[in-house]
Amino acid sequence: MSLRAAYDGVVAAVPVTVPYERYSIHGAHWWIGRALHEAVRVAGLRPRDIDGLCVSSFSLGNDTAVGLTQHFGLSPRWLDHIPMGGAAGVVGLRRAARAVQMGDADIVACVAGDTNAPDSFRRMLAGFSRFAADASYPYGAGGPNASFALLTDAYMRRYGATREDFGRICVAQRQNALSFPHALMKRPLTMEQYLAARPIADPVALFDCVMPCAGAEAFLVMREDTARAMGLPGVRVLATIERHNAFPEDPIQLRGGWAMDCGELYAMAGLTPDGIDVVQTYDDYPVIIMLQFEDLGFCAKGEAPAFVRHHDLTCGGTFPHNTSGGQLSVGQAGAAGGYLGLVEAMRQITGQALGAQVAGAKTALAAGFGMINYDRGLCSGAAILAAA
Amino acid sequence: MTAKLPPPQRKNPLLPTRQPLLPPSSRSRTALGLTAAAAEGRFALQVCADCGAVQYPPREACHACLGANLPWREVPAGGALIAETTVRITADPYFRQRTPWRTGIVALDCGPSVVAHLHGDVVPDGRVRMTLRLDKSGQGVMLALPGQDTPDMQDDRQMREMTCDPKGRRVLVTDGRNAFGQAMARAFIDVGAAGVFVGVADAWKPFPGQDKLAGEVVPLDITDTDSVHRLAASLGGRVEILVNTALHVRPGGILDRRDTVTAREEMEATYFGPMRLAQAFGPVLRSRGADGTHPACAWVNILSAYALAPTPTFGAFAATQAAALSLAHSLRAELRPLRVVNALVGPLDDEWHQAVPPPKVAPAALAASVLRALRDGIEDLAVGDIAQDLLARWKDNPTTLARELAAG
Repeated sequence: MSLRAAYDGVVAAVPVTVPYERYSIHGAHWWIGRALHEAVRVAGLRPRDIDGLCVSSFSLGNDTAVGLTQHFGLSPRWLDHIPMGGAAGVVGLRRAARAVQMGDADIVACVAGDTNAPDSFRRMLAGFSRFAADASYPYGAGGPNASFALLTDAYMRRYGATREDFGRICVAQRQNALSFPHALMKRPLTMEQYLAARPIADPVALFDCVMPCAGAEAFLVMREDTARAMGLPGVRVLATIERHNAFPEDPIQLRGGWAMDCGELYAMAGLTPDGIDVVQTYDDYPVIIMLQFEDLGFCAKGEAPAFVRHHDLTCGGTFPHNTSGGQLSVGQAGAAGGYLGLVEAMRQITGQALGAQVAGAKTALAAGFGMINYDRGLCSGAAILAAA
Repeated sequence: MTAKLPPPQRKNPLLPTRQPLLPPSSRSRTALGLTAAAAEGRFALQVCADCGAVQYPPREACHACLGANLPWREVPAGGALIAETTVRITADPYFRQRTPWRTGIVALDCGPSVVAHLHGDVVPDGRVRMTLRLDKSGQGVMLALPGQDTPDMQDDRQMREMTCDPKGRRVLVTDGRNAFGQAMARAFIDVGAAGVFVGVADAWKPFPGQDKLAGEVVPLDITDTDSVHRLAASLGGRVEILVNTALHVRPGGILDRRDTVTAREEMEATYFGPMRLAQAFGPVLRSRGADGTHPACAWVNILSAYALAPTPTFGAFAATQAAALSLAHSLRAELRPLRVVNALVGPLDDEWHQAVPPPKVAPAALAASVLRALRDGIEDLAVGDIAQDLLARWKDNPTTLARELAAG
C-alpha cells in the first residue's frame, strides 16, 4: 500500500477554547458560535472570510452543520459534519487540510461544542445508538462508565495492569491541569485519593471518569502563506490516520484502530515515536490511554502499565502527556473533548500554552477515539503536528 | 454461591413502597426478535441464511457478507465470561433502585460477544450458559447463568427480576370448581407458595374435588362484577400471582346455537371475566410490581390454542378465546412490570371434550407447565401436543392454519 499524499503547504492555526462550564443554560449553537467568534477575532477575519466549515456536536437537536450556516450567517463553499465524538478533531483536521490543499476552500473553521444541562447526559445515553439501545444500555444503564469498566477489567486481567497504574495517569493529568486556566477540576489529586475514590462501575472509580460539561473548541485550517501573511503561528500536519471498526473479530477491545495504521502514520511523518515532543491522547478512561501508548508505538502491547511506572507524564516530565490536564481534569464538553488534545497540541508546539509550557516542544502527536456504539469504541485517529 | 432468599418479611407500614419502575425499554423493531425468543424461553439469534454467520446485536445486514436474509434460529448458548463490572452509579431510575448491578461481556461459542446481565454464581473467566429472558419492561435481554446449576440459584437477586418464582409468593387461583384450578392450587402449595387463595363461585353448590380442595377458599364469581370487586378490596394487596383458571368450554359451531344466549355466557366467563379481574386486581398488582423481596409479578391466562385460529366444532368458543387473547396482549402493555403469561392449551381432558380424541391436557400437566413457565420467566407457552402443533403451524403460516382447520 502506498503512503497517502502529504498535506503540503497547509497549516492549522488559531487554537480556541471557550472556557467550560459544568452546566449551561445556553444551547450548543451558543457554544459553537462563541468559538467561531473567538476564532475570527483572534485571526482578524470577518465571518464571511470563512469559506469552509466543519462541525461536531451531540447536542444540536435536529440541526447539523447545514443549519448552522444560516444560524451564523455563513455561506461556505465546503461544509462537513463529523459525528465521531472523540475522533472528531483529528478527522476534522485531516479533511479540512485536504480541502485547503486542493483549493476547495481557503479558510476552514473546524469547531466542536456541546452544552450540558442536568439530565441531558442521561437522555443522550438512552438513545446514543441503535446497538446501544438494543444491546448495551438496558444492561444496568451504566453508560460509558460501564462500557469502559468492562474494557478496563479485560485489560487488567490480560496484561496485569493495576489500579495504581491507571492512577499514575490520572494523578499526572491533574498535576498538569493545576496550571491550565480552563480546567474545571483544580484541586490536587493524590494517589491515595485516587485509590479511595467512590467506585462507579468496578474497576472504574470516580477519578477514572470524565465529567460531562459545556464548552467548545475550534481552530482554523488555511494555507501556510495565508497564515504567515496574517501573522498567525501555525502547525504543519505531518501525518494523519483514521480508522473505523478496526479488528471487529476481536472478542473484546484490547487494541484500537491505531494499531492498523501506526506504521503509516510515522512513515508519512518521517518520524519515530522518539521524535514526538508532546503527546495528547484521548483520555476518557485511562485504559484507553494505555491502548494508545501501545498502539501508537510508544511501548509494546501489554507494556503500558510498565511504561507509566517508568515515566513522568507531567508537563515537566520524561513523557509530557495531556498537558492541559485532558478531559479527566478539564472536563468533557461532548464532541469538544475530541478537539481538546489537538488544540492543546497546537498551543504547545507554537509556544502558546495557556498553562505549563513543555520546553522546546516542536512536534506533537494528538490522538482521537470515539463512539462506543455497542461494546467498543469504533473511531480512532491520530495526527502528527510540527511547528511551521 | 447464591444465598437462600428468606421468606418475605412483614411489611413496615412506615416505609414507602418501591415504585414499579421499568428498565430502558426502547428497542429497534428487529431487536424484538430477542423478546419473542425470550418469551418462549428459547436462545435464538439471527443467523445469516447465505453464509451462516451469527449476528449480535440484531442487524439488517450480515456483518460478514451483507446478506439481508437473517432468520432467527436457536444457536448454541455456551460461552465464556471475558469481562465483568458491577455498576454502582447510574442515572436510570430503575437500575438506581437496584444497584449494585453486575454485567459482563460473554464471548459466545457461536461467535458474537454479548453484553449480559450476570447471575451471581457466574465467575470471571468461567464458562456460562446464556439465556434470553424478559426484563421488567417486557423486553428480551441476555442473562448469563453459571455453566452448571448451583444450589438455590433461583434466589439470585438479578435473576429474580426476570423470573416469577412462586416460592414465597401469594397466589390467587380464580376458579377452584374445576379440576384444573384444583391442580393449579395444589401445585403452588407444593412449590412453597406463601399462600394460595382459591376462588369458588356459589360455594353452596357442591362440586367434584371439593373435599380435597387445597388452599384457602375465597368467594369469587368472575361473571359478577360486585363479586370480583369485593374480593379485590379484601385480597388485592395480598396477591403476587393471579392465575385465571375460569374455563367455560362448550362445544358447537355457530349454527348449532340457534341464538346468542350461550355465546353471551361464554363471553361473560372468558372475555368479560378476565376484563373484570384486570380492572379490579390489575391496578393494585401493578402498583406492587416492585414491592419488597417478593413483588407482584405475574398474571396468568389459560387460553385455548384455538384462539389462534378456530376449529369449527368449537367455533363459538374459539371466538371468545380469540377475544381473550387479544385482551391479554393489551394487558401486557398495561400491567408492566407484571409478566402476562399466556398458556395456550390444547383440548382439555374434561367433560366438555368427551368427543375429542386424545392427546388431551390433564390438570396436573397444565399446572406443571404453568409453574415451569413462571420459574423460568416464560411468557408464551403452548401446553400439550395439540397446542404445540397448532402454534407451529400458526407460526409457519396463520392463513393456512385457518384454512386447514376450516376444512376439518
